[in-house]
Amino acid sequence: MTTKLKPVDVVTVGVGLTGTILAKELADSGLKVVGLERGGWRDTHPDFDMPHAHDELRYARRHELMQDLSRETLTFRNAIGDTALPMRQMGSFLPGEGVGGAAVHWNGVTWRFLPWDFETRSRTLARYGAGQLAEDCTSQDWGVTYDELEPHFDRFEYLYGICGKAGNLKGQIQPGGNPFEGPRSRDYPNPPMKTSHVSAIYGKAARELGYHPFPAPSANMTRPYTNPYGVTLGACVYCGYCERFGCEMGAKASPQTTVLPVLMKNPNYELRTLANVIKVNLDFDRKRATGVTYVDSRGREFEQPADLVLLTSYVFNNVRLMLLSGIGKPYDPAANTGVVGRNYAYQTNGNVTAFFEDKVFNQFMGAGALSMMIDDIDGDNFDHTGLGFIGGGWIGAASSGARPIDFHPVPSGTPRWGSEWKKAVSRYYNRAFGITTHGACQSYRGNCFDLDPTYRDAYGLPLLRMTFDFRQNEYRMSDYMTKKAAEIAKAAGASRMNVNPRTGKYSIVPYQSTHNTGGAVMGADPKTSAVNKYLQSWDVPNVFVIGASAFPQNGGYNPTGTVGALTFHALEAIKTRYLKQPGPLA
Amino acid sequence: MSNRRQFLKSAAALGAAIPAGAAAQTKSDHDKQHAHNMRQAAAAQPRPYMFLSQDEVAFLDAAVSHLIPKDELGPGAKEAGVTYFIDQQLFGGYGSMARKYTQGPWPEGTPQQGYQSPLTPAAVYRAGIRDTNAYCQKTYGKTFGALARAQQDEVLKGLDGGKIELEQVRSPFFFNMLLANTIEGFFADPVYGGNRDKAGWKLVGFPGVAAVYTSFIEKHNVPYKAQPVSIADITGRLAKVDEYGHPIHVMLDDDQAGA
Ligand SMILES: Cc1cc2nc3c(=O)[nH]c(=O)nc-3n(C[C@H](O)[C@H](O)[C@H](O)COP(=O)(O)OP(=O)(O)OC[C@H]3O[C@@H](n4cnc5c(N)ncnc54)[C@H](O)[C@@H]3O)c2cc1C
Repeated sequence: MTTKLKPVDVVTVGVGLTGTILAKELADSGLKVVGLERGGWRDTHPDFDMPHAHDELRYARRHELMQDLSRETLTFRNAIGDTALPMRQMGSFLPGEGVGGAAVHWNGVTWRFLPWDFETRSRTLARYGAGQLAEDCTSQDWGVTYDELEPHFDRFEYLYGICGKAGNLKGQIQPGGNPFEGPRSRDYPNPPMKTSHVSAIYGKAARELGYHPFPAPSANMTRPYTNPYGVTLGACVYCGYCERFGCEMGAKASPQTTVLPVLMKNPNYELRTLANVIKVNLDFDRKRATGVTYVDSRGREFEQPADLVLLTSYVFNNVRLMLLSGIGKPYDPAANTGVVGRNYAYQTNGNVTAFFEDKVFNQFMGAGALSMMIDDIDGDNFDHTGLGFIGGGWIGAASSGARPIDFHPVPSGTPRWGSEWKKAVSRYYNRAFGITTHGACQSYRGNCFDLDPTYRDAYGLPLLRMTFDFRQNEYRMSDYMTKKAAEIAKAAGASRMNVNPRTGKYSIVPYQSTHNTGGAVMGADPKTSAVNKYLQSWDVPNVFVIGASAFPQNGGYNPTGTVGALTFHALEAIKTRYLKQPGPLA
Repeated sequence: MSNRRQFLKSAAALGAAIPAGAAAQTKSDHDKQHAHNMRQAAAAQPRPYMFLSQDEVAFLDAAVSHLIPKDELGPGAKEAGVTYFIDQQLFGGYGSMARKYTQGPWPEGTPQQGYQSPLTPAAVYRAGIRDTNAYCQKTYGKTFGALARAQQDEVLKGLDGGKIELEQVRSPFFFNMLLANTIEGFFADPVYGGNRDKAGWKLVGFPGVAAVYTSFIEKHNVPYKAQPVSIADITGRLAKVDEYGHPIHVMLDDDQAGA
């Protein structure tokens, strides 16, 4: 039996990074907003207090802050025609669960995508011609440009207190910043992070080779910061436990440290935790959502009517709820028609581990986004003529902690266990660091989501099925980038190195990144996009689908800065136009 | 034997650390004496294994002593209590696949699809150890624990490379799980029963739970050699902490420091 609740103006499905920002702004404008979150409540105190919150086994290995896969997971296969099987344990990516979402346990590297990224297809065709794109490549323009998004990047960066150095202020290149970035209207709100030994020697080597190193833009605060909502974040202490952990200092920007303290005080907002949304309800002609249905922790089913439904449940459930609810036409990869599930993409990461005999790095010190980067080999910042691929990514050396279960690098050729292994671990633990080649990933016809025919979640509903593999473009790009990284490692004085470009089939086993994109992509044409440039469903205009699910393909950057900008972009359209006259915005 | 030395010995056996500054703690003498008595009582008892049988303990003690051996660099996995760590993990949520997807069907899948066994990790160990012992019995006339070290090494390499076929689990699947859990047990916080006396952390020079490095991070190429601090050192008030609960490190002399 379903209990029908009192209608509200807005419901957000998920209370993570995007859901909290939208709820705060809409509740402030006087609307009644309900946030439904499948996980529980958690906050800096007591949940992230010392010493328990920084336990490598519990959080980094057993994933305590992340999704409970016993209730819901997804299935995976490399290619259409293979049988997809469930992801039974965490591996390649680590979806969040609980208030704050994955933004509780992210690293905080906070980029703007390049102007080029938003116009990938048209700019590639203009500069190189059609031959540069693979025949099955479905990468496209976003329907929005960098210039349109600039004020929204700015708002997100000031909300999350991003620490960095501008490289391009209103068209003027700034020394010490990223000269390739799009023009920004003002500098970051906070100065960049300190320079670790690794940052220093990586930066020096890169500069000697003619690159343009700069400190990564970071959501780990370099000083106490009070954001425009009046919420104050603490200063980072470089403890080295960021990714996969909560922050005991309240120094990593997250919903808890930037938005929730004021949102929770707003009488227009109501948070319901342990509330798993299973469906968006549509009216008879499927042109309007009437609200959502969710199941609570006592197994009770509720219908929450709402005028506006915001899917803010991360890429996977944004797409899955659309498919389960019948919002938009499901993608058919054989015919290449339909849109929901289309253009799933990921990140093409490679790496180089550099070993030294004469240096120590103390890499257990650091912060999630403490990193020295170059952006010379990203987007279209370099000439791709004759290279056989498009795109690129940042290449950087991080000091983001070195917890020893996961970090104990040994030179390739060392046995995997035994005395020799132990000697190498002991010798190199403090004498090695990694360089990441953080590559983009284009979209292709065969890489997509749909509903799995066999496996179900705890509510008996089909799991999301992911079909994905890398393509020639990605292998070539990763090879090219990783060779450059090896040259930098050599220039830095490495005695030995392990060079690992992305090769072979995509595997869901080793962690790569929680930078999943697409499936409900944005665009100017409803035939090739599920949402318009305001992230509004073409088919059901009172549903907005917010997050990296809207990326038509993935750039060479971590996604969240751009997710934040898209969130504010959608918000502005909702506030200034949609609420005045509900209906299609494009 | 002085009280202090007894205390050190029993606490070390428990996997707790004694920072050099421990003598200057602010707790009352009474509390200290009480904690000390409790530790001694606990240390006097053998560790209660909760999942593993005696045969399985013998197998794992032998196996982990190859994976991370005791040598001139210090204790190995066996000495660090890794068998006990694995026991505790298999008895708990990890062993029963808590928070993991356990619904069938279970085709074997491709390597890219990862864990597809219908067995929980606890059941994988049970089957893997039994099958490996059966193989050893057939090949050498003895169970794994009773073999000469060179033979044990041979068997482990056979499992690792998949040359030895096991009946109920794929041998590399069992071996990789054992290796991963051994590394976990060697480097995880001692609160889980492994990394006894912080042997793993001392081997690499890892200072343990999160600490404040705001000023040190810009001292380039200067080794940071601190007495490692564990969770229990903080909850048991054996380490001094700042207002947020970060340990205030006791720095080591060069000759005390490991790597
Ligand atoms: C380990 C890790 C490191 C990362 N590091 C970086 C980084 O350095 N830089 C970067 O840019 N990005 C990083 N990310 C990615 C970043 O965390 C995400 O981009 C960001 O959190 C996305 O925001 P979101 O609102 O879309 O999803 P989330 O913040 O994850 O919020 C989604 C919420 O929806 C809830 N939900 C899902 N389904 C339902 C349902 N059916 N009913 C109710 N609730 C539901 C979830 O429980 C979750 O709380 C990292 C992610 C991880 C996991």
